[in-house]
Amino acid sequence: MPQSVSLKRTPLHAVHVSLGARMVDFGGWEMPVQYSGLVDEHYAVRRAVGLFDVSHMGEIEIRGREAMQLVDYVSTNAAAKLHIGQAQYSGLLYEHGGFVDDILVHKVADDHFFLCVNASNQEKDFDHIRGANRFDAVVDFASDRYAQLAIQGPLGLRTLEKLTPVDLARIGYYWFTDGMVSGTPARIARTGYTGEDGFEIYIAPAEAPRVWNEILEAGREFGIKPCGLGARNTLRLEAKMALYGHEIHASINPLEADLGWIVKLDKGDFIGRPVLAKQKEQGLRRKLVGFEMRGRGIGRDGYEVRLDGAPAGWVTSGSPAPSLNRNIGLCYLPAGEARVGRKIEVMVRNQAVEAETVSTPFYKRAKSA
Amino acid sequence: MNYPDDRRYTKEHEWIRAEGDNGTVGITHHAQQELGDIVYVDLPKVGARIEQGKSLGSVESVKAVSDIYSPVSGEIIEVNEALAQTPEKLNEDPHGAAWLVKIRLSAPDEVKKLLSAADYHAYVGAES
Repeated sequence: MPQSVSLKRTPLHAVHVSLGARMVDFGGWEMPVQYSGLVDEHYAVRRAVGLFDVSHMGEIEIRGREAMQLVDYVSTNAAAKLHIGQAQYSGLLYEHGGFVDDILVHKVADDHFFLCVNASNQEKDFDHIRGANRFDAVVDFASDRYAQLAIQGPLGLRTLEKLTPVDLARIGYYWFTDGMVSGTPARIARTGYTGEDGFEIYIAPAEAPRVWNEILEAGREFGIKPCGLGARNTLRLEAKMALYGHEIHASINPLEADLGWIVKLDKGDFIGRPVLAKQKEQGLRRKLVGFEMRGRGIGRDGYEVRLDGAPAGWVTSGSPAPSLNRNIGLCYLPAGEARVGRKIEVMVRNQAVEAETVSTPFYKRAKSA
Repeated sequence: MNYPDDRRYTKEHEWIRAEGDNGTVGITHHAQQELGDIVYVDLPKVGARIEQGKSLGSVESVKAVSDIYSPVSGEIIEVNEALAQTPEKLNEDPHGAAWLVKIRLSAPDEVKKLLSAADYHAYVGAES
């Protein structure tokens, strides 16, 4: 496949190629979609540990006396409630309530917030936040300063602890700390996009190839596998985590996307709040709901969904779920119909295939001690 | 990868091995590798008439669904029914046991115009 010379590459590009990864264009980035195989990599994360290069993700740093006020104003979740060392999933919205992006907010200090944002949205997010900055705060585009690796799976902790003096077990879910990994400074967050326990670390790009190799070596005894975007997608879908461009985008608001838990209407004003408050009062037009295929077929992104034979919605993501041995997906339906147990039909290449709405997440890990 | 030279190939990554007026059709190693873990194979029924370059079915992996384009015109005389139960065989043995269909060729000359093994190898080598 002819590849444009303008595709961006992460600091680990050469490493992926040497590992035999299949590289694809992902939102303008040349990224590994798989190494040993999607299903194989998926199981490595569910049962042991997998390593992902997510250096394409963007970073934005906000500093200053009113850094928190700016973050709170541009995001839907309550940044003011964060403790130092805590991370939070949140949304950046337009005035009309649609998503600019979904983000992770980390509170580094009272006057310093660290945002992890989607690769293809980073410039847009930066402009959006800067445009809303009427506070005593400085917005800094920091993507060039960080590579990001995700160590995910039940044995992620035991892998990473071999490379750091930090007591990883003391980092709670959605908390982070700054410390050394493989002798280089790292931001170590107990976050992820797989539905498993694990860590995401932010390091200097120049250190990424060495740290990547040391993590693979440390995880070798546990059966670690390098994992691509293919497995990342099936893992996040089983855990019902939203993907920008699919479940969420500029025409979808967080209430519709079943993300009401990241919308804190009572925290004070923020961009998009008036529209969301009104929608909450008047009722939603549509809502995201999970489904399982009952007939033979896979409902994929963009496929039409019918109710009793009439067009009613669309699939946002769909795939075989390797952990569940079923074909699952997410779709938008009229809000009144988006209830569990509703028979639906998914149009799979011009054929109506039976499916049924189900409760989500599709997969939930067993709570560890 | 070794692409057997007892058959011809298409740029859409199918192969055909002709024997007299009949031909066996499959997808290439490169195709299965691009698709990844295959979960469904949809094939035509015996007796169906197929035109060269038109869809004769589809292969679906965890990641994506892909049409199979017929390398030749003719009539389907046999379908590899085993693939319905074991689609993963297409990942394991695409040039052998996981053939897709057998076709009675209506224009046997079509085969000669397809790519040789060496040309196909060069083509996928250049593409990847």
